[in-house]
Amino acid sequence: MSSIVIDTSASRKVKELLRFLLDSGKIDAAVTMRKIPENNSYDLTLITDAPDLDEAVPVIPVMTVNAGQVLSSISTSGKKIAAVLKPCELRAFVELVKREQGSFENLLTISYTCGGVFPLELVKEGQIEELLPKYDKTISKGEVPINTRDTCRACEHFIPMNADITVSVSGECESGKGCVMYLNTEKAEEFTEGFGGERSEQKFDPSLFQKTLDARLAEKGKLFASITKDGPGLDGLLDLFGKCVGCHGCNSVCPICYCLLCDFESANFDYNLPYFEEYLSRRGALRLPPDTIFFHMGRLTHMSFSCVGCGMCSDVCPVGIPVAAVFKKTGEKTAALFDYVPGRDVEESIPVMVYKEEELSDIG
Amino acid sequence: MSEWQPKILAILCNWCSYAGADLAGVSRMQYPPNIRVVRVPCSGRVDPLFIMKSLQSGFDGVLVSGCHPGDCHYISGNYVARRKFAVLKPLLEFIGIEPNRVQFSWISAGEGERFATVVTKITEDVRKLGPSTRLVKKL
Repeated sequence: MSSIVIDTSASRKVKELLRFLLDSGKIDAAVTMRKIPENNSYDLTLITDAPDLDEAVPVIPVMTVNAGQVLSSISTSGKKIAAVLKPCELRAFVELVKREQGSFENLLTISYTCGGVFPLELVKEGQIEELLPKYDKTISKGEVPINTRDTCRACEHFIPMNADITVSVSGECESGKGCVMYLNTEKAEEFTEGFGGERSEQKFDPSLFQKTLDARLAEKGKLFASITKDGPGLDGLLDLFGKCVGCHGCNSVCPICYCLLCDFESANFDYNLPYFEEYLSRRGALRLPPDTIFFHMGRLTHMSFSCVGCGMCSDVCPVGIPVAAVFKKTGEKTAALFDYVPGRDVEESIPVMVYKEEELSDIG
Repeated sequence: MSEWQPKILAILCNWCSYAGADLAGVSRMQYPPNIRVVRVPCSGRVDPLFIMKSLQSGFDGVLVSGCHPGDCHYISGNYVARRKFAVLKPLLEFIGIEPNRVQFSWISAGEGERFATVVTKITEDVRKLGPSTRLVKKL
């Protein structure tokens, strides 16, 4: 597999590639981040006309929605699509494909070594432009940018897993080699045939990102320790989730929570008059809305092992609960039981969907 | 009897453990009267949330029991259940539920004696731990 040397900024080169793919008819549409000048913001955009790519910014530390979630409905349209994804978005999409909620068949995935994204509250008018120069400088040094999402700072999976095309954005620029676009699959070679640029046989070298990895792991240790600062247990849990207003926002932005009807929004949790009467006949008072903590525990049992730690849930939480950090922490524990890494391999089964006859002999 | 008695929910599979409990009764074996039995078609039917909900409703302990691995009436229900329980365990730990409060065991229809032993064990374990306070819904 070959690679393409990038002579300009990584974002511009990816944009050139998308334009080439659209112009040559190799794809019908591109999914990428794009500047929306009218409201001075960046948003994920589905583009079919090449001129609309002018304002595209494929590599930008902003995640307004987890693209994996959005791709799930688009990817089965039968149209050829190229998508620029952050590593966790790609992993989320892999998890969705495992759940039969998407397909790689007509999809070309382009991903890059991610420096983390800014919380949405910082993505306000112009603010992001001010932050970008410092952000770029920090990641080129292999350090962890401040102000980014807590789970991004603590993310050790910033190198894309199984993307068709990997763009190295940070580490290598530091060693003076410039950024490179690595073509990892046959599909990538096929799609980029005829695309200009100096080719080489260079292979992606993860060891160049060792410094970043070490820094991230240190941040992860700090984040996980902060979650249980009052010790594990219900008191800590109440501190964390006690503020929950039950809006279910974390659920709706979660790329893994794909159920059209969540159990917690179904008739199983339909609080009606008989429920209140029955409950109040035993106790004198009931907190409203009921079961806000129970909702989070339910989500933990349902999908924690598939959590990719994208941080959308924390970002949208109106009361500032560090949902993503809790899920990342407990998710890593449950996934480790089965040596599972969410989004690592589309052939790998979801832990609770399969079993081995000889295992877990300590249970029962 | 004014002394505190643990209240334990026993979720038993129809084909093995429930029949095991029956055998224990028919054989007049003695075991503590602290369990409240819910019969389910298979241990695979047990949603981890059932366990959370019972702890929240005030049960001091939960026992889930099904057929021995390999003996499931539905071939693989208990294998799947075993994985679900494996996921649940670290979560219970995270919430601060003592590991002994929630126990899993495999009891066949012929193991009346084992049923009595398991119930005695969980009752004593939970008695030692005292009344459940974590997770219990107060409001």
